[in-house]
Amino acid sequence: MPISKDISLDLQERVGSAAESKTPLQLIGGNSKEFLGRVPAGEPLMVNAHKGIVDYSPSELVVTARAGTTVSELQNLLAEENQVLGFEPPEFQGQATLGGTLATNLSGPARPWRGSIRDAVLGVRLINGLGEHLRFGGVVMKNVAGYDLSRFQAGAFGTLGIVTEISLKVAPKPAAEQTVCLARDQVSALDLMTKLQNKPVPLSGLLWIDGILYIRFSGAEAAVQSAAKRIGGERLMDKEATEFWMSVREFTHPFFSGPQPLWRYSVKSSCADFDKTPVLIDWGGGLRWTREAASMEPMRQFTEAGNGQVSCYRGGDRQGEVFQPLPPGLMRLHQRLKHAVDPLQLFNPGRLYADL
Amino acid sequence: MANLKLQLLTELLKILPEAGIIQDEETLRPYECDGLSIYTEMPLMVVLPDSVEQVQKIIRLCSRLETPIVPRGAGTGLSAGAMPHREGVVVSLAKFNRILSIDADARQARVQPGVRNLAISEAAQEYGLYYAPDPSSQIACSIGGNVAENSGGVHCLKYGLTVHNILALEVVTAEGDILRIGNQGYDSCGFDLLSLYIGSEGLLGIVTEITVKLLPVPETTKVVMATFDRVEKAGDAVKQIIAEGIIPAGLEMMDRLAINAAEDFVHAGYPRDTAAMLLCEIDGMAEEVDEHIARVSAVFNKEKAGCIRVAADENERQRLWKGRKAAFPAIGRISPDYYCMDGTIPRSQLTKVLTTIQSLSDIYQLRVANVFHAGDGNLHPLILFDANVAGELEKTEEFGGKILELCVDAGGCITGEHGVGVEKLLQMPYQFDPASLEQFQRVKLACDPQRILNPGKGIPQLKHCQEYRSLSQASVGRHADK
Repeated sequence: MPISKDISLDLQERVGSAAESKTPLQLIGGNSKEFLGRVPAGEPLMVNAHKGIVDYSPSELVVTARAGTTVSELQNLLAEENQVLGFEPPEFQGQATLGGTLATNLSGPARPWRGSIRDAVLGVRLINGLGEHLRFGGVVMKNVAGYDLSRFQAGAFGTLGIVTEISLKVAPKPAAEQTVCLARDQVSALDLMTKLQNKPVPLSGLLWIDGILYIRFSGAEAAVQSAAKRIGGERLMDKEATEFWMSVREFTHPFFSGPQPLWRYSVKSSCADFDKTPVLIDWGGGLRWTREAASMEPMRQFTEAGNGQVSCYRGGDRQGEVFQPLPPGLMRLHQRLKHAVDPLQLFNPGRLYADL
Repeated sequence: MANLKLQLLTELLKILPEAGIIQDEETLRPYECDGLSIYTEMPLMVVLPDSVEQVQKIIRLCSRLETPIVPRGAGTGLSAGAMPHREGVVVSLAKFNRILSIDADARQARVQPGVRNLAISEAAQEYGLYYAPDPSSQIACSIGGNVAENSGGVHCLKYGLTVHNILALEVVTAEGDILRIGNQGYDSCGFDLLSLYIGSEGLLGIVTEITVKLLPVPETTKVVMATFDRVEKAGDAVKQIIAEGIIPAGLEMMDRLAINAAEDFVHAGYPRDTAAMLLCEIDGMAEEVDEHIARVSAVFNKEKAGCIRVAADENERQRLWKGRKAAFPAIGRISPDYYCMDGTIPRSQLTKVLTTIQSLSDIYQLRVANVFHAGDGNLHPLILFDANVAGELEKTEEFGGKILELCVDAGGCITGEHGVGVEKLLQMPYQFDPASLEQFQRVKLACDPQRILNPGKGIPQLKHCQEYRSLSQASVGRHADK
C-alpha cells in the first residue's frame, strides 16, 4: 500500500496566504511533465506530498486516491486485484502522479477503445481559488447532480484549482493480449485501421510507424486468438510486445527523441490528407505525431476546419502558445470560467494559454 | 405581463413565421410539463425555431427583455427540467430533426438536437454501426435532451454515459454567441467544456448541433436470466460478476412486484414466484460471449439462483428484454399513479438500501417496485400511489426524498441519469455543501450572467438551501465537506 499523507489543510492555508498576497502559484506534483504546456510561472507549490489511497473497492471497480499518489503505485495496487487503469497513462519512471495525469489528460495507446482519464473520472476534491475544499462527483458510475466539475479538470493543467483527491473507474485486466505486425505503407495502413475499427473486434492498439502496422488485441482468450488469427501477420512475442507499447506510452521510442519540436495532432481517425513527415500514427489514426522546426501558426493550418487539434508537445517556443489557440468566443468563456473558480488567478497562470 | 407578452410577440414575429409561435392556451397545454407531470406551469409562449440564426436571435431578444428561456427537446425528461417558466418562453428544438451526416469511416455522425436517440442507430445500421447510450425512452427522447441530462440507459457500465459518447457540440450561449466545443478528434485543447455542457440541464446554453461517436454493432449478443429467492443473493451475484472481471453490456434487476406486473403485461416468460431477477447481457465476439455467459451462469449457480436461463435465440432474448423495457408502463397498469426515483449507490450497498426502502415502504404504507440498472448501482424505485387520494402525492414526495437521502448516506448520489430539474432541488444541499453549491452558481453566472436560461432548475439558490436545512433535521452533519 502506498504511503498515505493528508496535507490538504496545509494546502488550503497556502492558497489562503497566496490569495492574501496575490502571489500566483505554480503547482508541482511529481515534476515529470514540466516540459509540457507553456513555461511555468508563479511560486512553486509542491503538492505531491498529499498522497495515498483513500479507498479501493475492487468489486465496485472504483479507486479513490490522493492526487500526489504516483501512477506506478496505483497500477501496482490495482494489479494485485487483476485490475488496471484502462487509459494506460505514462508513468515517467515512476514520477508521474495521478493529479498531473488528470491535469494533462494524457492517455496511452488504448485510448480510443478504453477512454481517457477524463472518461474514467467519477469525482474529485478540489481546493478552489478561495481556499475552499470542495467535492464534486462521487464514487458511483452515474451521477448527474450539479455541473460536472470533476471531468472538467481533465486537461486544465491545474489552472482550475488544486485537485486533492480523485475517484476513478478502473477496469479488469484483460485476460489475454496479443500483438501482430503487418508490413504496410501509410495509405494502406490507414485504410486497414479504418476497416478494423469498423468491425467488432477486441482492439486495444493500432499504430503505424516506419512501414509497420502494429495491431494489439485485448480481452477474453478465445476472442483475442480468433481475432489475431483472422488478421494474420507476424505475432510479436509477449515481452517484445509489452516493451513496444510501453516505449510508445512512455515516449522512449526513438521516434520521440531528437532536437526538433514534437507536435501532437489529435485528429479524426480517418484523416487521409495528413502529409507531415516523419510521422507516427497512433490511436487507429486518431493521434499523429510529427517533428518539425516550425511555429504554431503554420502547424495549426491542418486542424482549422474542426477535424482535430494540434499542440506542441515538447520543445519549440514555450513562451508562445503551445496548444491550438482558441477562437475569441471560447477564450472569453475560458477566462470567465477561470474567474469563477479562481478569481485571483492564483493557479498556474499562463500555463495553458497566455491569456488564462 | 400583457405588455411584455405583446412586445415579445411583436419582436418574435420578426424572427419566426407565425406558425413557429404557439400562444393559444389549447396548443400550449401539452407543453405545460415534461415526463414528470406532477409539476406543471404554462409559459407565455412556445417558439419553434428551425435554424441556428433563429435560435441566436430568440436568445438575444430574450436577453434584452430579460425573459426566461426554457429549452425543450422531446419532453420525455423525468425531473421537470423542461417545465415552462410562467414569465418565459419555451424554445422547442423539435424542428431540428435532421441527421446531417454520417461519417462511417470515422465512426461519427453529425445530428441536430431534435433527432430521436433511436433514429441515430437506425440510420447508422447500414454501416454496421450504432449509437451506444440507450435510455429507456430511446424511441421518443431526443439526442439534445440526452446531452442536457447526460442520459444513461441499460448499457452504461460497458459503454458509458452520453458524456463518453459525444465528440463535439455547437452551442448558442446565453448572449447569443455560437460556440463550437470539441472536434472530430478524441482530445481538445483547453478546458473540457464538453463535460461542463453535457448534463447541464439547459442552464448554460442551447445545443444546436451534436457530433456523436458510433460503435461497430457487436458480433454476438446473448442474455442470461436468473431468479433468486432473496434480494441479497441477487445483490451478491452482481458483485461477484464484476469481481470475475466481466463487464456485462447490461445487468438489470427487477423485484417481485415489478416481475409480476411485467409478466401480466407482456408475458416475457419470467418465473413469478421469486424475490428478484437479474438479466445479464454479454456482447462481443462469439468466443468471448460464450466464455462470459458460461462464467456468469456459474456465478448464478454458486449464488444459488432458482432458475437460470440463457436465451436460446434472438426471439427469446428480445422477449426477456421486453419485460424489462415495459416494466414502467406495466407498473402503471397496477396503480393509478407511480413516481420513479433515480438515486445511484455503490453496488456493495444494494441489499442494505433495498431493505431500508422496503421498511420505509411499510412506514409510509406505499408500495414500491424496483426495476433498475444493478450493474452500475442506479436505482429506480417506483413508488405506487393514487393522486386522487388527498395527501398521497405529498406523502409520496416525502418518501421519495427519503430514498434519495438514503442513497447519499450509502455513498451515492441523488440522481444517476434523470437530472435535478425542479424535482430534486430540495435534495441538492443534502449531497453538496454550501460552498460547492456557490461554486456551481459562479459557474452558471460565467456562462449566463443574466440567469435567463432555465432559471429555477438544477442548482438551488442558497436561500432555499437554508430554508431546507432548517426544515430538515436529517441534513445535519451530512455536508460533503464534513
